[in-house]
Amino acid sequence: MKNYIIRRFLQLIPVIILVSMLSYLIIQAAPGDPIDNYSKPGMTQEQLDAIRQEYNLDGSVVQQYLTWAGHVVKGDFGTSLYQNRPVAELIGERLPATLMLMGSALLLSLIVSIPLGLWAGLKKNKLTDNIIGILSYLGISIPPFWLAMIFIIIFALKLHILPSGGMRTVNVYTNIDVIRHMVMPVIVLSLNNTATFTRYIRSNTISQLEEDYVLTAIAKGTSRPKVLFRHVLKNCLLPIITLAGINIAGLVCGSFVVETVFSWPGIGRLAMDAVNSRDYPIIMGFTMFSCIILLLGNFIADILYAVADPRIRQGMGKTNGR
Amino acid sequence: MADNTYTINQNSFQRTKAVEKQVSADYERGLLKNILRTLTENKLAMFCAVMLFLIVLVSLLAPLSPHDPDAQDFLNKLQPPSAEHWFGTDELGRDYFTRALYGGRISLSVGFLSMLLSTVIGTLIGTTSGYMGGKVDMFLMRFTDIFMSVPSFLLMVVINSLFPPKVYSMVIILGLFEWCQIARITRAETLSLKERDFVLASKHLGVSNIQIMFQHIIPNMSSSIIVAGSLAVARAILTESALSFMGLGVQLPKASWGTMLQGAQVYIMDMPSLAVFPGLFIVMTVFSFNILGDALRNALEPRTLK
Repeated sequence: MKNYIIRRFLQLIPVIILVSMLSYLIIQAAPGDPIDNYSKPGMTQEQLDAIRQEYNLDGSVVQQYLTWAGHVVKGDFGTSLYQNRPVAELIGERLPATLMLMGSALLLSLIVSIPLGLWAGLKKNKLTDNIIGILSYLGISIPPFWLAMIFIIIFALKLHILPSGGMRTVNVYTNIDVIRHMVMPVIVLSLNNTATFTRYIRSNTISQLEEDYVLTAIAKGTSRPKVLFRHVLKNCLLPIITLAGINIAGLVCGSFVVETVFSWPGIGRLAMDAVNSRDYPIIMGFTMFSCIILLLGNFIADILYAVADPRIRQGMGKTNGR
Repeated sequence: MADNTYTINQNSFQRTKAVEKQVSADYERGLLKNILRTLTENKLAMFCAVMLFLIVLVSLLAPLSPHDPDAQDFLNKLQPPSAEHWFGTDELGRDYFTRALYGGRISLSVGFLSMLLSTVIGTLIGTTSGYMGGKVDMFLMRFTDIFMSVPSFLLMVVINSLFPPKVYSMVIILGLFEWCQIARITRAETLSLKERDFVLASKHLGVSNIQIMFQHIIPNMSSSIIVAGSLAVARAILTESALSFMGLGVQLPKASWGTMLQGAQVYIMDMPSLAVFPGLFIVMTVFSFNILGDALRNALEPRTLK
């Protein structure tokens, strides 16, 4: 187990390095010299050189990358070009809002998809199953930003029951207010995962119901609900752990879009503003940060899966962990 | 075993080729038949195929519309849907229906072309990896694994924000980030195909590896490739629309459905219908590709049936 965790963890490193190099190169290739952001007209060459040195703009791309990477390893993501504050601090400040959104969305997905998936699996190929099937296809086909716009039109502009964006009403400091602001973003953000989870749980339920142990349990007179909840559900939930880990990618990218539409003050919005104003250190910091969250999500999901499923735990010595 | 069993004589080689052609023609006819059967048996898939056909058709016929997509008419701006303007008019008085049709041309072609690109890259990498095996396989699959864990959407956002994309660069970017899944599918298929008798036979007849890959292995994976391609179009259209919606995709004056939605966001108070129609087109298209892809998968690949 320990070996597996270590090996799996070491696999993360090349990916992180690759992503950092890719994004660094992309940003380097952008038109314009970043020094223009710091210099004023009429500066002497010495002053410019000093600035280049201070902001890591001298030397070759490789040198710059290595210096930057050296700082990042120590947790220093550089300083924002326009807000003049450390990137790590800016991201840290916005992080709770994003995590709150992502956490609630994941929770909502699970709460909705588990019963729907089970129900559809039980009623395989009947009307209920077909309706749930079509709905889940719609769920993966609707662009989240469009659903967000439709929600805003219906619930904020026509019915006036929910605020159209932001996290708090000005001068109102209640939790209810924050929750009211969260309703639409969370539903929109959860939609994609809900649909994916439902489909997985449905097909898992169907295959689990055909297993011998279900037959045995029924033959021994176990009641149907008990078979369903004690045995089938338990086996269905396992893949969901992995799925949730993989779909963190969807959540990170989704929150980027959703935060933009609903003006939610999270890191996605921070990054979008940085993209618009070309604040490179923030863009770079955000990309690295999301990449790390994403990979850690996959990593934790893999480990949990191995912990939960003894078959994987035992086979681990032989296979290469995949 | 007599040595001459394995001597390749030109005559038998020709015969093999002829048989081969016949077999692959049969196979292709079978594929088409299977697709048609799926459509007639699965009403939802049929509905989606018809819907998709109509969307493609009206997009192709867009120039027949009496309105010019770029003609501005300030007296009639932000009109609600009417007999004259089916979807109403936008903030510059342009006919929104015509614009949506032209938008469909861009969204659909970006989706199709990037799918083609990612399918070609994915199939080449997957087939080579599976067929060659050994070190090549290990290297290519490691590379694919690493590429798969790259947060592609974020990188696309960064790339597009720094280099405002054209339609063709959009196709390239989407194609370059979407090939991993197809590579994995084709690799798995190749692994099983390369042990089959007809591949082994060609190998012993001295057919070159490249020829085997292109003439025997890839044509035999066409059903999996069609399925993966269908789902890839759906994904590409969704990604493109999200990027364009954030102003990081197809740039005005060219407008995809996503670009139109970005414009509609500003007038969401005055004319909500501007936000509804292009989105409906996206949903219908993506939904159809998803349904068709899965329906075909169930029909063409009996192994996946539980």
